[in-house]
Amino acid sequence: MSTVQDHLQSLMGNRVVETSGSSLTRETWKRLRANRLAMVGGIIVVAFVLVAIFAPWLAPHDPRDNSWFDQIRPSSIPGPSWDHWFGLDESGRDLFSRVIYGARSSLIIGVVSLVIGATFGTILGLIAGAFPGWVDSLIMRITDILLAVPSLLLALSVAAVMGQSQTAVMVAVAVPNIPLFTRLLRGSMLAERQKDYVSAATSVGIARKRLVLSHVLPNSVSPMIVQGTLALATAVIDAAALSFLGLGSADPTIPEWGRMLANAQRYTNVAIHLAIFPGLMILITALGFNLFGEALREALDPKLRR
Amino acid sequence: MLKFIIRRLLLLVPILLGLSFLLFVWVRALPGGPATALLGERATPERVAEVNRLYGFDQPLIQQYLRYLNRIVHLDFGQSITLRKDVTDEMVRRFPATVELTVAAMMFATAVGIPLGFAAAKRERSWVDNSAMIASLIGVSIPVFFLAQILKYGFAQKLGWFPTIGRLDPARELEHVTNFNTIDSIIARDWDAFVDTLMHLVLPAIALGTIPLAIIARITRASVMEVLNEDYVRTARAKGMSRSVVDRRHVLRNALLPIVTVVGLQIGLLLSGAVLTETVFAWGGVGQLISGAVLDKDYPVIQGGVLFLAVVFVVVNLIVDVLYAVIDPRIRVR
Amino acid sequence: MRQRSRALALGMVAALAVAACGGSDDASPGSTTGDTSGGSTDTTGPTDTTGGGGAAGGTLVFGTSSDPVVLDGAYVSDGESLRVIDQIFETLVTTKAGGTEIESLLADSWTASDDGLDWTFTLHPGVKFHDGTDLNGEAVCFNFDRWYNFAGVAQSAAVSYYWSTVFGGFSDGATPSLYKSCEAPDAGTAIVRLNAPSAAFLSGLAVSAFSIASPEALTKYEADKVGGTEDAPTFDGTFGTEHPVGTGPFVFESWTPGDKLTIARNDNYWGDKALLDKVIFKPIADGPARRTALETGEIQGYDLVDPADVTALEDSGYSVLLRPAFNVGYVGFNQAKPPLDNPKIRQAIAFALNRQALITAKYPEGAEVASQFQPPQLFGWSADVPQYDYDPDMAKKLIAESGVTDLDIEFYYPSDISRPYMPDPTANFEAFKADLEAVGFTITPKTAPWRSGYLDDVDAGNAEIYLLGWTGDYGDPDNFIGTFFRTPQPSWGFDNPEIFEALTAARDNADAAERTKLYEEANKMIMEFLPGVPYVHTQPALAFAENVTGYVPSPVSLESFATVSMG
Repeated sequence: MSTVQDHLQSLMGNRVVETSGSSLTRETWKRLRANRLAMVGGIIVVAFVLVAIFAPWLAPHDPRDNSWFDQIRPSSIPGPSWDHWFGLDESGRDLFSRVIYGARSSLIIGVVSLVIGATFGTILGLIAGAFPGWVDSLIMRITDILLAVPSLLLALSVAAVMGQSQTAVMVAVAVPNIPLFTRLLRGSMLAERQKDYVSAATSVGIARKRLVLSHVLPNSVSPMIVQGTLALATAVIDAAALSFLGLGSADPTIPEWGRMLANAQRYTNVAIHLAIFPGLMILITALGFNLFGEALREALDPKLRR
Repeated sequence: MLKFIIRRLLLLVPILLGLSFLLFVWVRALPGGPATALLGERATPERVAEVNRLYGFDQPLIQQYLRYLNRIVHLDFGQSITLRKDVTDEMVRRFPATVELTVAAMMFATAVGIPLGFAAAKRERSWVDNSAMIASLIGVSIPVFFLAQILKYGFAQKLGWFPTIGRLDPARELEHVTNFNTIDSIIARDWDAFVDTLMHLVLPAIALGTIPLAIIARITRASVMEVLNEDYVRTARAKGMSRSVVDRRHVLRNALLPIVTVVGLQIGLLLSGAVLTETVFAWGGVGQLISGAVLDKDYPVIQGGVLFLAVVFVVVNLIVDVLYAVIDPRIRVR
Repeated sequence: MRQRSRALALGMVAALAVAACGGSDDASPGSTTGDTSGGSTDTTGPTDTTGGGGAAGGTLVFGTSSDPVVLDGAYVSDGESLRVIDQIFETLVTTKAGGTEIESLLADSWTASDDGLDWTFTLHPGVKFHDGTDLNGEAVCFNFDRWYNFAGVAQSAAVSYYWSTVFGGFSDGATPSLYKSCEAPDAGTAIVRLNAPSAAFLSGLAVSAFSIASPEALTKYEADKVGGTEDAPTFDGTFGTEHPVGTGPFVFESWTPGDKLTIARNDNYWGDKALLDKVIFKPIADGPARRTALETGEIQGYDLVDPADVTALEDSGYSVLLRPAFNVGYVGFNQAKPPLDNPKIRQAIAFALNRQALITAKYPEGAEVASQFQPPQLFGWSADVPQYDYDPDMAKKLIAESGVTDLDIEFYYPSDISRPYMPDPTANFEAFKADLEAVGFTITPKTAPWRSGYLDDVDAGNAEIYLLGWTGDYGDPDNFIGTFFRTPQPSWGFDNPEIFEALTAARDNADAAERTKLYEEANKMIMEFLPGVPYVHTQPALAFAENVTGYVPSPVSLESFATVSMG
């Protein structure tokens, strides 16, 4: 959108990942392995995904089981103990189990919003790249507009209109992702078009289709993975922020880190553990995706190869 | 130069038009239409019809949009549903609070971020570099509202070093001339109020400034490293110039360009972060206005607030672009 | 940790006391706190305090949950507006401090004609409004006629709620009105004429909505200029925002919405003058933030103390004041939505809810399980209503007997509010949801923001079962069970003429003893019919810094800052 932003990307990635020529090769993997931070990030990401998937086996209790409600008093909520590693929550449930299940909510929200954002972004990007002229201009102007609003504000206005539901959160978190993928795919497309064999092709219709399927999409995989990884970090934080502002799902019994953190506000004087554990989980998860995403970007970027 | 500025200004027009259109369509895309948004589900058909007539929702969409556009051009965002006040007045009144906080956060971010990034770049791959970069990654990953809560809990609530809410001790009388408390207290020569204002600024500014700090540190590191590899720096070194002179004369000055601009670009991040930070610290700026409106589904305020902040964001970006072009003529050629 | 914060808090109080006594202001704000200094970063009181000596004087900062809507009693029904209005304005009669008995205020005495239609009020002589004009019979009648002649948007329930509640309709005659006319035979007298006798009229007049304002100011500052829509009215005149003029012990000084509202002592007050120089109302939406602000000394008192904080505040030396329980929290059923039309299902829900467990876990001391829709302190409460003590087996049995198989129920709860009768609605919802699911119901959660959506949805009858409650405005059962069940309402979704008639008869009866009996009977009838499950009467708490004295909590929240001082 602005020339400065474009220039800065060459120095360090903003949220916008640019297309780069290389793909996920063995060499990339080797470079990743050598990067200790990447490994830490990778481990966090893998652990997060495993916890999310195997939550029912890992959690010692049902996250909705409020059997310990009788231990809750207005002025005291039992903290960490041998029976409840993270203590109880404000409604007499096992916080550890809820935090584990919270990973699941975060993963679902993150992945779904990513898929929505990436799908729409990819389609728009391909269309823009395939039809230079007014179509391209129109799509890029829309992209500019979406990029003109800070992502959380954009998500906020979307969620506010849609009301309190998990779907609203997913869509809200997805919308700011759309322009990022649009730009990425359009860039890929333009790069391919400039190559000679494309201009040589006589049948434009066929060329377009083949171009997309056999060149643009495969070549875009790695930057999309980088963009996706970083987007997941943002998704975890933004979804939590929306919950914090009261825009989460209507069912408070669904364990959700952002909501847990928001609810904990009321009890900071009584039980700070209610805020600490979900807050740390958000932090660690986002950190994992950021570490891994950054390392991946570095590994894929020919300019940063040393 | 003038041509460049005019071209950039003209580019602004479609962006703002489009943005206003998107926001306009958004509220109208609600199930049941905007009247239902105002009235809630209880609305009887008669009431809906009445509201539609009153607000002109029954007219053709394009006519509505033109009317809406005419209103926002005149800075009329309508009335807040819950505050029962003019949205523009509220935003203008609260904007200085947000600016004051944003500027303080930015000052904190640059004052810490640039030296940190510089130190990291100078000792690439050392423990200084690694820990600075890990710290900055943590900084990017920490949710603003979590950090704000933790800071408030630790430094205000438990240690009592800083106030927990607001911009100024409520019992303090301060004449509001500009609504910037720092400036107002200087005008009034009320130094206690000035110090009090600064104390109120510390925690929110740290909470809000941490992410930009991390980003600035990373940019500084990357930028300085790039400059360090440039020929003229190597030459200067080879000529036997002292390290600190090279640093000052060549490295810092050349590396500063992208840093200065990234500072400007963080405004957007700060504006959305302000929504969360202001909420935790009861700051009373535009951010808190928006978060309250979100809870109350106060659409005129949400619409006006988002548009307002987006315009500020776009305009700041424009200024940064222009400044950049002034400093670095190469950009204009592109 | 707690020890430390307490030491700090006490230090703060000491610093305040010094400032309040007009001592030199040397505690420079902003100095960081050493381990021993106990000083603070803020609150040193007004720097140029001149007025006041001894206990009098000083500025009290009071934390509120939000800004007032507008400072015009006739237009509001929310607690934060009324809190400020009560300091600036006065009514003809009032409730005794800390009780619900009627006492004189602007009217020294009053008599009703034998038929109960004409009420003659003898006004206190020599009372002046803050603008210097006289309070006389004409001024009183001006106010009554103003309310009666509200038109358009001003008639909506969102605006003139209390007029509609106590007097019914307006001068346009669309709905019959209890009010007929007002006349002022001389400066010291106002006669209010009614269309029918009413037992609740006099108690109703004590509500702050019937505050007498200066006719001159009302006219000059266009108090009647109301715009917007019924649902989003706007107050376009400046009376209620910049020039509220009453007769009260405090005069309005300034209001910056979102920041603070300041009132100052009325030095020409006709009664006992206020002790404080100023009171500042500081809106702090977040409950925990209010408590923290009190602890750090940024404010010296606040309302709506969270139950979680009561013990800790008391332990730290703050004075926590409890209002007498004059409210009820309940789970409402909408009988228009099956299976709630089935009495066995309603009973099953009542037996399934473990109300005692919720109150033990989430409510402060002094809260008690409710057995009916009105507090026990109020006449008409009956000891013989049917009881529904926690019994999940009974609930399962009743469900089986009912023959209902579709046990899906939508349960509404508000997402963002703290009320005295439900400090944390989400927690109540979660506990009740678990209880209901334990006996076989399937609960679908539904939520909306309190002010924009929740109340509307419930009132419109969209909610199946929902969390709601009520705080009494004046000491009459009609203000509780009458408000709920005297007329058919979409939120309850039932049509039970027997109950409607019983409550109307009880309201219109002029004999105190008979009324008590009638209301006791009505309460029994209601709890047999079980339109909802009342679950709690609670004592709402306020907290003040240790040196603040003289605040008298009232069951109807009619509380004056005039008697408050900072020691």
